Amino acid sequence: MSASAVAPAVHSLWTAAAEPLTKIPAPHIEYVQLSPVLIVVGAAVLSVLVEAFVPRKRRYHSQVFLTVLALVAAFAAIVGLAAGGYGSTKAHIAAMGAVAVDGPALFLQGTILLASIVAVFTFAERRLDPVHHGHKVDSFAAEAAAVPGSEQERAAAKAGFTTTEVFPLALFAVAGMLVFPAANDLLTLFIALEVFSLPLYLLCAVARRRRLMSQEAAVKYFLLGAFSSAFLLFGIALLYGYAGSVSYATIADVVDGSVAAVDPALAQTMGNDVLLLIGFAMVLMGLLFKVGAVPFHMWTPDVYQGAPTPVTGFMAAATKVAAFGALLRLLYVVLPGLTWDWRPVMWGVAIVTMLGGAIVAITQTDIKRLLAYSSIAHAGFLLAGVIAATPTGISSVLFYLGAYSFVTIGAFAVVTLVRDAGGEATHLSKWAGLGRRSPLVAAVFAVFLLAFAGIPLTSGFSGKFAVFKAAAEGGAGALVVVGVVSSAIAAFFYIRVIVLMFFSEPKADGPTVAVPSAFTAATITAGVVVTLVLGLAPQYFLDLAGQASVFVR
Amino acid sequence: MDNLIALLVAAPLLGAAVLLCGGRRLDKTGHWLGTLLAGLSFVIGAVLFADMVGKGAEDRALHQRLFSWVPVEGFQADIAFQLDQLSMTFVLLITGVGTLIHVYSIGYMEHDERRRRFFGYLNLFLAAMLLLVLADNYLLLYFGWEGVGLASYLLIGFWQHKPSAATAAKKAFLVNRVGDMGLSIAIMLMFTTFGTFAFGPVLSSTGESSEGMMTAIGLMLLLAACGKSAQVPLQSWLGDAMEGPTPVSALIHAATMVTAGVYLIVRSADIFNAAPDAQLAVTVVGAVTLLFGAIVGCAKDDIKKALAGSTMSQIGYMILAAGLGPIGYAFAIMHLVTHGFFKAGLFLGAGSVMHGMNDEVDMRKYGGLRKYMPVTFVTFGLGYLAIIGFPGLSGFFSKDKIIEAAFAKGGTEGWILGGVALLGAAITAYYMTRVMLLTFFGEKRWQPAPDPDKAPGVEPGIEVHPGEMPHPHESPRSMTIPMILLAVGSVGAGAFFGIGDRFVKWLEPVTKFEHGHPPIGAAAITSATVAVMVIGVTVAYLQYGRRPVPVVAPRGSLLTRAARRDLLQDDFNHIVLVRGGEHLTRSLVYVDHTLVDGVVNGTAASVGGLSGRLRKLQNGYARSYAVSMFGGTAVLIAATLLMRAV
Repeated sequence: MSASAVAPAVHSLWTAAAEPLTKIPAPHIEYVQLSPVLIVVGAAVLSVLVEAFVPRKRRYHSQVFLTVLALVAAFAAIVGLAAGGYGSTKAHIAAMGAVAVDGPALFLQGTILLASIVAVFTFAERRLDPVHHGHKVDSFAAEAAAVPGSEQERAAAKAGFTTTEVFPLALFAVAGMLVFPAANDLLTLFIALEVFSLPLYLLCAVARRRRLMSQEAAVKYFLLGAFSSAFLLFGIALLYGYAGSVSYATIADVVDGSVAAVDPALAQTMGNDVLLLIGFAMVLMGLLFKVGAVPFHMWTPDVYQGAPTPVTGFMAAATKVAAFGALLRLLYVVLPGLTWDWRPVMWGVAIVTMLGGAIVAITQTDIKRLLAYSSIAHAGFLLAGVIAATPTGISSVLFYLGAYSFVTIGAFAVVTLVRDAGGEATHLSKWAGLGRRSPLVAAVFAVFLLAFAGIPLTSGFSGKFAVFKAAAEGGAGALVVVGVVSSAIAAFFYIRVIVLMFFSEPKADGPTVAVPSAFTAATITAGVVVTLVLGLAPQYFLDLAGQASVFVR
Repeated sequence: MDNLIALLVAAPLLGAAVLLCGGRRLDKTGHWLGTLLAGLSFVIGAVLFADMVGKGAEDRALHQRLFSWVPVEGFQADIAFQLDQLSMTFVLLITGVGTLIHVYSIGYMEHDERRRRFFGYLNLFLAAMLLLVLADNYLLLYFGWEGVGLASYLLIGFWQHKPSAATAAKKAFLVNRVGDMGLSIAIMLMFTTFGTFAFGPVLSSTGESSEGMMTAIGLMLLLAACGKSAQVPLQSWLGDAMEGPTPVSALIHAATMVTAGVYLIVRSADIFNAAPDAQLAVTVVGAVTLLFGAIVGCAKDDIKKALAGSTMSQIGYMILAAGLGPIGYAFAIMHLVTHGFFKAGLFLGAGSVMHGMNDEVDMRKYGGLRKYMPVTFVTFGLGYLAIIGFPGLSGFFSKDKIIEAAFAKGGTEGWILGGVALLGAAITAYYMTRVMLLTFFGEKRWQPAPDPDKAPGVEPGIEVHPGEMPHPHESPRSMTIPMILLAVGSVGAGAFFGIGDRFVKWLEPVTKFEHGHPPIGAAAITSATVAVMVIGVTVAYLQYGRRPVPVVAPRGSLLTRAARRDLLQDDFNHIVLVRGGEHLTRSLVYVDHTLVDGVVNGTAASVGGLSGRLRKLQNGYARSYAVSMFGGTAVLIAATLLMRAV
C-alpha cells in the first residue's frame, strides 16, 4: 500500500500523462474512504447547477438546504470511517498514494466539517439587517460584480438579488480544506491549497456593507496568497529535485537515507541537503502563511476586518484547522529525520508569533482586528504544541484546534449581532456598556473572550494547558514560559473588552443588538456549549484526540 | 437507627432552604413550618436518645456515613456522622431549647415583616450547629462551625437597617474569623501529623506524636474555641451581638454558638490530655474570662448586656472545667446544659420584659415589674436562683462541681483557680441580684417612650408612640410557655443530673472521668460556695434594694467606668490591632504603590509602547506585507541552513 514499497521516482497519478499513451492504467480510487471529500465536491458541483437553473426565489433555500445536507452527510461519512477503524487499525494511504486516511486526517476533517456547518449557519442569516426594498438581506452584496455605489448596484439591491454563490464557494473551500490535512504528496497539497484559497479570496470580496474595504481585503489576500503559493510551489520543486519524488513517504525515505536508487535524470541534485533545507523552508513558509504566523501574518488583520464577518469566522476557524493539519503531517511524516533542523527555526517562529500577536493586539481599536491578532497569538500557542514533536503534541494540537474553531466562529457570530446604522459596529468604543443593554449577548461574548484568554472552566484553558504540557514534556520549557507570558499579555486585552462591556457607561448613540434568526442563534449556542463542555469535561475529547494522533506513513 | 442521624440535620436544613427560597407565599405559614421542623428534629433526637439509653454504656455510639466528600488520593473526607453520648447531649439541648426559642419567636417576631426569613435563619442556625456536634471528622465539624458563623452573622444583623446591628454582625463575623483561622490551622496540623482528620484515628493516636505538636494543635483549637465561645481575648463581639433580636441572643447564649468552643475542647479531650501546657492555657483563659465577664456584667445597665457578660463568665467556668482534664470534662458539659436552661430562660424573660416596656433595655428605667408581669417574674426569678447557685437548683449542682474540680487541680494552680472560681460565684450572685432588683423590685422608674428618630436602637415591629408611658403587661402564651418549660429545667435539671453522678456516668464512655481530690473537703467547698453567694446577694441588696436607684447612672469608680466600656476591650483592640494594622497596611501599600506597581506599570507601559510601534508596521500596503513575507522567508531559509552549519 505504501508508496515506498514500490519507490517510483514520481508516483503514477501525476506522471501517467507523460508516458506513451499506449495504455493508461486506471487509477485505483477508494471511493468509500474518500467519500467525505467526494460528497462535498459533488454537492459543490450540484450547487453550481442550482445557481444556474433554480429560479432566484427558491435559490436561497435550496442552497442552504443542499449545503447543510452535504456537510452533515460528509460528517456522517467521517464518523462512519472512524467507527470502521480507518482512524486507527485500518489507517492507510488511498488514491494511489495521494491522500492519507488516518486518525489525524479524520479528526481534522471532522472538525472542519463541524466548524463549517455552524459557519454556514451564519452565512444563511437573513434577519440582522432590516428588510431592504421588500427583500430579506444577508451579509453579502446584492451583486458582487457591480461597482460599489453604482446605479447597477442599486438596481440589483432593488431587484432583491442575493449572492447565493457564497454557498457553492464555501463548499469548494471546504472540499479543499478536507484534502489539505490529508494530502500525502506535495502536489496534492498544493492543489488542495489552491482549491480552498481561491473561493476564500472571492468570499472576502462580497460584503454587502463597506464593499470597498471588502474588495481591498480580497485583493490583498489574493496577491499575498499568490505570492506565498509561489514560494510553496518553488519549495515543492526544490524538494522534488532533492528526492526525485513529491510523495511524502519517498521524501522521508530519502531524508532517512534508506533509498539508494538514484533517478538518472536527477543524479545532479538528489540527496543534496541544501535543496532539501531551502525547499523545506519554502514549503514551511507557504503553510505558515496560511496559519497566520509572524512574519507571514500581515494579511490577517486587514482581511479579517474587510471580509464579511461570517466569512471571517469561517476562514479563521476552518483554514487554521486545515493548515495546521497539513503542517503537522509535513513535519511528522516527511521530515521526522529533520527534527533537529526544523525545531530551532520553529521555536523562533512560535516565539515571535505568540509575542507579536499578543503585543500588537493591545493597541487595537476594532473588534475584528483585535480578534485577528488574537488568532495570530493562538497560532503561536498551537505552534508550541507542534514543536513538542511527540504524540501528545499532536493530540494537544488536534484538541486545541477543535476547541478554538468553535470559540472563534461563536465570537465572530456575536460580532455580527452588534449593529448600528452603518451595519456592524466593530469599533471597540461602541461596545462600551453593552453588558448593561444586552446582558445575554455580552455574557456570551465574555465567555468566548475568557476562552480565548484561557481561563479555567473554558475550552481555551483545556487546550492551552494541553499544548503547553506537551511542549514542556517535549523539552520546550522555555517556549512554555514565553507562551505563558504572552497569555498574560493577551489576557489584558480580552479582559479589557469585558471591562468595557460591563463596567463602562453605555453611550447614548450606542449600537443595538439585533435579534438573530435560529441560524445565528444555533451557531452561538453551539459555540458556548462546546466551549463550556470542553472546559468542564475535556477528558473524553482529549482521549479522542489522543487516539487520533498517529499519522500513517 | 443509624440512618436517623442525618435527618437530625436535614430537617432544619430543609426548613431553611424552603423558607429562604420559598418567597412571599410562605409569609403566612413560614414560622409554623420552621418551628415544626425544629420540633421534628427534637423528636428524632428524643427517639435516638431513647434507643441509646436502652443499650449498654459502651456500645451506645452510632455512626452513619453518607458519602465520600473529597475522594482524593491521600486526602479522604467523608460526610459522616457520629452520635455518642456527648453529641446526644448537645443534640437534645440544641433541638430542645432551640424549639422552645422558635415557639417564643412566633410571638416575639409577630409584627416583623421579615419573620419568615428570621425563621429560615433560625433553622439554618440549628442545622449548622447540629452538623457541628454530629460530624465525625474535624473537616465536617469545620463546615458546621463556619455555618454557625454565617447564621450568627445573619441573625445578629437581622435588623440590618440599624447601623449598629450591621456593625455588630460584622464585628461578630470578623472576630470569629480569627478563631476560625485557629481551627483551620489545627486541622491542617492534624492532617500533616496523622494524615487524617477523622475523630477516631486522630484521637486514638495522640500518643504517637510529640507533645510539642499536641500543644500546638491544642493551642490552635483553644484559639478557635475563644472565638466562638467569646473567651478572652476574642470576647469583644458578644456584647455587641445583643443588637440581634432577643430570641437570637437566647439561642446564641444557651443552645448554639458559644457552646461550640466548649464542645470542641471536650471533643478533643485526648489532644489536650496529651498536652498539659495547652490544658493550662485553657484553664487560664477560662479563669480570666469568668472574672472578666462577671465584672462587665456588674456595670452594665442594659439588661441584655448584663446577661451577655454573665454568659461570658459562665462559659468561662465551662472552659476552666474543660481545661482541668478528665476531672472536669463532664462537669463542663453538665454546666453547659444547666446553663442552657437558665440562660435561655433569663434571655426570654428579658425579651418578655422588653416586650412589655416599649423595648426599653435600660434596667434603670424598669423597677417594680413583678406585679405587672407575674409569669415573667417567677420564671426569671427561678433562672436567677439557678444561675447564682441557690442550693437545690441547677446552677448549684453544676457550678459547685466545677469549683471543687478547680481546687482538685492541686498545688498552687488549684488554689488560684479555685479561688478565682469562688470569687466569680460571689460576683455572679452580686450582678444577678442587681439585675433582679433593678427590674422587678423597687419603685417604678419608667420613662416615656423615646422618639424613634432620635433613638435608633428601638426594636422595630412594635408600635412605639413617642412620649407614651409604657404599659407593662404579661406576654402572650407563645412566649410564656417556653419560659415556663425552661424554668422547670432551671430548677430540676441540676438535681436530676447531679444526684448520684448520673450525668458523669452517662458521659464517662466518651470523656472518661477521674474523681478529683480537692485539698479541702467537698463539704467545705460547698459551704464556701453558698457563703460567697450569700455575700454577693447581700452586697447587691444593700446597694440596690435599700436605696432608691437613680435613673441616670452615677459616674462611678474607675473600674465601673472601665467595665461599662467592657473593660476597655474595644479600646485595646482599636489601639493595638486596628492602629497597628493600619500602620502595617499603610507601609505595605506604600511598597505596593512604589515598587510593585512601578514594576507592573512600567512593564505594561513598555509593552503598550512596543505595541504602538509594531502597529505602525501594519501600514495597509500589500507591498510592505509582501516585503515582510519575503524577508521572513529569507530569514527562515538562512536560519535553516545555519542550523545545519552549526
